[in-house]
Amino acid sequence: MKKTARTQLLKILAVALLAALASGCSTVRVEPWERGTFTEYAMRADRDPLASAMAEHTFFSREATGGGRAVGGSSCGCN
Amino acid sequence: MWSRNNQRAIIVAALAITALCARAELKPGDPLPASVTGAVGVPATAGQVVLLDFWASWCAPCKASFPAFARLHEEFAGRGLVIVAVGIDDKESAHEAFLKKTKPPFFTMRDAGKAIVAEMRPPAMPTTYLFGRDGRLRTVHTGFHGKQTEAELREQLEALLKEEN
Repeated sequence: MKKTARTQLLKILAVALLAALASGCSTVRVEPWERGTFTEYAMRADRDPLASAMAEHTFFSREATGGGRAVGGSSCGCN
Repeated sequence: MWSRNNQRAIIVAALAITALCARAELKPGDPLPASVTGAVGVPATAGQVVLLDFWASWCAPCKASFPAFARLHEEFAGRGLVIVAVGIDDKESAHEAFLKKTKPPFFTMRDAGKAIVAEMRPPAMPTTYLFGRDGRLRTVHTGFHGKQTEAELREQLEALLKEEN
């Protein structure tokens, strides 16, 4: 391989390397088998009735909205 | 522009990052991992058709799949089907409570350190793998879709159990 071609190839490789490092591989995510934590009681938005009532009141009085806080489905990423 | 050592370093780093970013999910034809067959208490799988399932007590479709697996076990265990259901619950109490409630007739175990699940990287919960008598992966079922999945599994098991080793 000629020296210029090799330098060119290395430049491309270096840029690709930097892009991969900068993006952190772009595959960082919670895996399906790690989602048990999401289903714990502490993760529920409505775990504290008083806080929920206060939040609802705030939404209703300040933003004229209400309800719509529940989310259906499990967290296993299967269906 | 770069010295030879720098050039080598760039190539090695690029290869290392590629390897780190690679996601090694199991593909048809891959063998049943030794981490499963070597786990404590796993029944003998040599020459058997193996249904390997990953489940968790917090996963609703997993709960729905257990009665179906119990039916398949009853139907095919005598002909060479081995079901290995791997629970991946963090909490042992949740794992045990689930088993106490469902009382599965097939083999179950807990992947406490998540070594098996991290190696096999199931794309969803539950994921069911079917291995033929040759110990090679044939099909992967993602999720559990009730009667449809059960019918597909039954059909595929019928075909796999007819195969000679």
